Amino acid sequence: MRRFSNTILTGLPMLLWALSALADTDGVFDEYRAMFGDENPAIFVIDEGEELWLTAAGPKAVTLENCDLGLGPGVVEGAYAQLPRYFQDAQRVQDLESRLEYCMIHLQGRSAADIHARPYSLRGDLGTEMEALVAWIAEQSRGLPIAPGQAHVQERNAYALGESLFYYRAGPHDFSCATCHGQSGKRIRLQALPDLTGHDGAAEAYSSWPAYRISQGLVRTMGWRMRDCFRQQRMPELIMGSEASVALQTYLAVNAAGAAMAAPGLKR
Amino acid sequence: MASRIRIRAQLKGDECEVKALMRHPMETGLRKDQLGDPIPARFIEEVTVSHNGSTVLAAFWGAAVSANPFLGTRLQGGPVGDTVNVSWRDNLGETGEGETKIR
Repeated sequence: MRRFSNTILTGLPMLLWALSALADTDGVFDEYRAMFGDENPAIFVIDEGEELWLTAAGPKAVTLENCDLGLGPGVVEGAYAQLPRYFQDAQRVQDLESRLEYCMIHLQGRSAADIHARPYSLRGDLGTEMEALVAWIAEQSRGLPIAPGQAHVQERNAYALGESLFYYRAGPHDFSCATCHGQSGKRIRLQALPDLTGHDGAAEAYSSWPAYRISQGLVRTMGWRMRDCFRQQRMPELIMGSEASVALQTYLAVNAAGAAMAAPGLKR
Repeated sequence: MASRIRIRAQLKGDECEVKALMRHPMETGLRKDQLGDPIPARFIEEVTVSHNGSTVLAAFWGAAVSANPFLGTRLQGGPVGDTVNVSWRDNLGETGEGETKIR
């Protein structure tokens, strides 16, 4: 009996240690980020993005320098923070990826099939043109408040569509985005799940993408994040820059409005 | 593209903190691509840090180091303006090099 109580006494601190370690799991990634200091491997991709912006490409052999990201042709600084927004020329609401696609087609004369062939890196890739461009352009909004357009009726429609998609349960697992991201203080395995229906969770998530994913050694974009969440839900593939993808990003951006952009983030 | 290194060397008290970020895929040779074909091994084997031309750190790395590796080290002293050089060589014989002045 005495031996038994000793076991309990020595076992208790172990249990408490294990519980506190569990509660601190986010701390591991915070420590990792702290070790990097101001450094983020995304910097290489950002430099490549700027070079790509200034590189003539496509049948028309022109650069993207005249691409209008919403603040006028060629204005990059602050543009990301004000997306998604309605574009008169395209007659639709666009996120950065669909806007870049529009410019690649209309300025550079490239085909949509070419742009959609591999927008996001596969295993073994060192990054794609789209990822590099998005990384650089988003970094040019660092510190600026998130302010997506909501004045145009189509922008408000995109938000409404995004919201309904967010709560729409489907697929073999009967999942919706809200299944994982509709409550606060939840986690999946050791990963904390932000509540994207409220301002704080949406702001933390939206402001930190695009981000360098340490586990993949790649910069990933918000569009990729949406597509990968769809994959995890066993939904049909979410197409880059599609109405559904833009609507979901509009929903998150509007929920996050007012918070300062902090991309590129550094994620596990 | 693969040969780029970003280096910072900052004097903090009587120690110089060196931070180097290297652009490298660090493929182990054990991964397979989307089609199931193996991705060839490509990783840094040797890293050298030198201070005013003399080697102060030599490391032998392997496939277990992450992609885009980050190296941090501290040198003794080193007045502002001294040169710090970081270079690597991978298993394919490719090399990369970067240099900065201590700030």
